[in-house]
Order: sequence, then structure tokens, then C-alpha cells
Amino acid sequence: MLDVVKNLLVLLVSSSLVSNVVLSQFLGLCPFLGVSKKVNTAVGMGGAVIFVITIASGVTAVIYRFVLVTFDITYLQTIVFILVIAALVQFVEMFLKKYVPALYQALGVYLPLITTNCAVLGIALTNVQKSYGIGFSIASGLFTAVGFLIAIVILAGIREKIEYNDIPESFQGMPIVLITAGLMAIAFCGFSGLL
Amino acid sequence: MKNKNMNVFFNGLVKENPTFVLMLGMCPTLAVTTSAINGLGMGLTTTAVLVLSNVLISILRHVIPNRVRIPAFIVIVASFVTMAELLLEGFIPSLYSALGIYIPLIVVNCIILGRAESFASKNSMIPSFFDGLGMGLGFTVALTAIGMVRELLGAGELFGVPVINNVLAVLSSAIGRSEPIEYVPISIFVLAPGAFFVLAALTALQNRVKRKMQEKGQNADKIQSGCSFDCASCEDSGCAHRFVDVNAPSGSVADAAKSAQNGKEE
Repeated sequence: MLDVVKNLLVLLVSSSLVSNVVLSQFLGLCPFLGVSKKVNTAVGMGGAVIFVITIASGVTAVIYRFVLVTFDITYLQTIVFILVIAALVQFVEMFLKKYVPALYQALGVYLPLITTNCAVLGIALTNVQKSYGIGFSIASGLFTAVGFLIAIVILAGIREKIEYNDIPESFQGMPIVLITAGLMAIAFCGFSGLL
Repeated sequence: MKNKNMNVFFNGLVKENPTFVLMLGMCPTLAVTTSAINGLGMGLTTTAVLVLSNVLISILRHVIPNRVRIPAFIVIVASFVTMAELLLEGFIPSLYSALGIYIPLIVVNCIILGRAESFASKNSMIPSFFDGLGMGLGFTVALTAIGMVRELLGAGELFGVPVINNVLAVLSSAIGRSEPIEYVPISIFVLAPGAFFVLAALTALQNRVKRKMQEKGQNADKIQSGCSFDCASCEDSGCAHRFVDVNAPSGSVADAAKSAQNGKEE
């Protein structure tokens, strides 16, 4: 029991901070750069990503374990995962719209934006690569997505301040955001001493 | 006919270069360009997948029902990606382990689905082949170039050859130093932050070129910087509307996100 808790803690630190999904693995870069203009929208996007990635890691882990491994067709994982994820996001959206309108209000509009996001597929594939069980896959999905939330909220906070700064003409827009992200990535490199 | 194919080919390679002009497929661009050889390998793998999927989709374009075309495209692309992955694992294991998870992620590279949607599903086989080849090689050239810059600054090497130290050794012996001057690599450039800095420099350059073009009254609409929200869908490049629900309630995040992207509403 203590071992499991310890492993989970290590997983939490390593997947949310040390190998942060955006800043060191470059997955989910598009929403990270696209929806980080304001803190509110960044939080909404982060929430939607947490929701989708956690569910998707669970579902893909179950499918991998009970379908792909059982029938010995693990080489089809890429095809199966991408279709499952795309269908799943649509399904989750419909479900939320009908049964959990409050949550749909908060997250719903972000969901279609991340249907085929590389972070979702990337984490599902990483879980398989590291041969996590179903429980650990869900935990790894959740923690990685929390890492995404942390990164996008920090970036949005910085971008709100940058608005008031005088930036060289060529660096306005995307370049200054990328430089900010680079500096954040340097800061996150520091976490590697934690493990 | 041949001329037209050449035009399609050079359109992808230069005029609409997916990385330098359209800014598509940024995740792999940043992740695998730690060295020139990795960039080249990734570029060529993507090219192979792009050419094959473009050809197959253009052959099947009258067979695939319009309403399920996106899932059909995804299955076709994913099949070719799986083949590429297995071939790399079997024949070039060093590249396979260097690229790792970014090989299966070629599926969600928006260059591929974008070309399938905007070119291959509307054109016949031969032009689609040249379009895939042009776009793919344009991507390859870009990745290799970025990889070369990062490798040269970050490790002092080019394709694994310690170029800078070799040059410095020749120079120092020419000026008669017994101890050759050593190049101290700026190793941050091969790490994650370096990727962001190189891309920042690239987009800044792009902004400048775009501004100069607009000052001269040329049309610079094609030049995009930044990306949309979803790796496989590309806003403004003619393929985002497929995944984003067009009928989403108004005042929704599709708008919020858009205004977030455009900025200065407040």
C-alpha cells in the first residue's frame, strides 16, 4: 500500500512538473499557444483537458488491456486509439450537454477543440509504452493534464501582463509568447532535481 | 500537364511551405529537431506517409461518402503511419528510438489531414502525388534546417560531425597555438527551451517579412503565425471547421477563444 502511494507521488511530480506535457514534451502546444490570452479561458481549457485526458487514458487503457492484448493485435494501437478518442470526445460532449448542463456550460465549448489533440493520443501511447496498468494509466493521464493546466494558467497570467508592455514590432504576437514559453521551460527544467 | 505538376510541387516546397509559411505541425517541429539527422528522419517519414495517403485518398475520393470522410481519412493516415512505424522499428531502430512517440503522432499532424481535405479529396492521383511530395519535402527541408541550427549551436556538430571544433582546430594551428581553442556548446539549444527560442526567432522573422510585404502592397495573407487549438485541425488553413462544431452556441468559447487569439477586444 505504502509502495503504491509512493509510486503515485513520484508519478505526480514527474508527469506534472518534471516532464511537463507542453514545456518538455511539446504535446498540446496548439491550445497552449492558442487559448492562453486570458486566465479565465486558460482555466476553462485546462479543465477540459484534464477531463478529456483522464477519461481517454482510462478508456484506452481498458481497450488496450482487454481487446488489443486479448486478440494479440497491439500493433493496431495507433488506429484504434485515435478513433476511440475522437468518438469518445463527441460522446462525452453529448452526455454532458444532456445530463450535466452545469459542467457543459463550463467545459463544453472547449471539448470539440481538443478532439484529436496530440496530447490526448500522446498520453494514451505513453501509458502503453511504459506498460502502466489501468489504474496507473488514469493517474498518469490526470497528473499530466494537471501539468498542462499549471503551464497554461501561468502562461496566461504572464500574457495578461505582456499586453501592457512595449514589445519590438517583429516580436509582437506569437514570438514573444514563444520566448515566454521558453523561459518557462527553463524554469521547469529546474524541477528535474526533485526526483 | 507536367508543368502543372511541377507548379503543385514547388507550391508545397516553397510558396506554401508548411513550416515556414503556414506554420503547421508545430509539435513534431519542436520536439524532434534536436539534431539535423532526427529532423531529416522525421521529415522523410512524414513525407512518405503524406504521399501515400494523398494518393490513396485521391483514388478513393469518389468512393468515400462525404459525411464520413474525416474518419475515413484518419483511418487511411493511421494505417500508413503504423506501417511506417513498423518499418522504422525493423530497419532503422536508431531513428525509431530517437523519434519515439512522435512517430505514431504523425497521425495528428495537421499537414497530412489538411492536405487530404484541401487537396487530395478534390484532385486526381498525379497532382495529389506531387502535392504530397512537395509539401512533405518542404516540411523535411524546414525540419532539417531547424535541426541543423539547434545541433550546431547546442552541440557544435552537424549530422554528428564536430564541425566547429574541427574548424577551430585548423584555425588555432594556423595561428600557431599548441592547444586548440575548444567550442563550448550552448546546450540549452538541444534542450526543450531552445526549441521555443528557435521557433520564436523564426516567427519574428516571419512577422518582419510579412510586414515588409504588406508595406509593398503585396498579399501576405498566406503567411500564418501561430496555431489553432487542435493538432489535427488547422484554423485559417481551411480545415478547422471540420472538427470544431460550427453550430456551437453563440458567445461560446469558439468565440472566446477566437477573441483570445485576436487579442485587443477589451
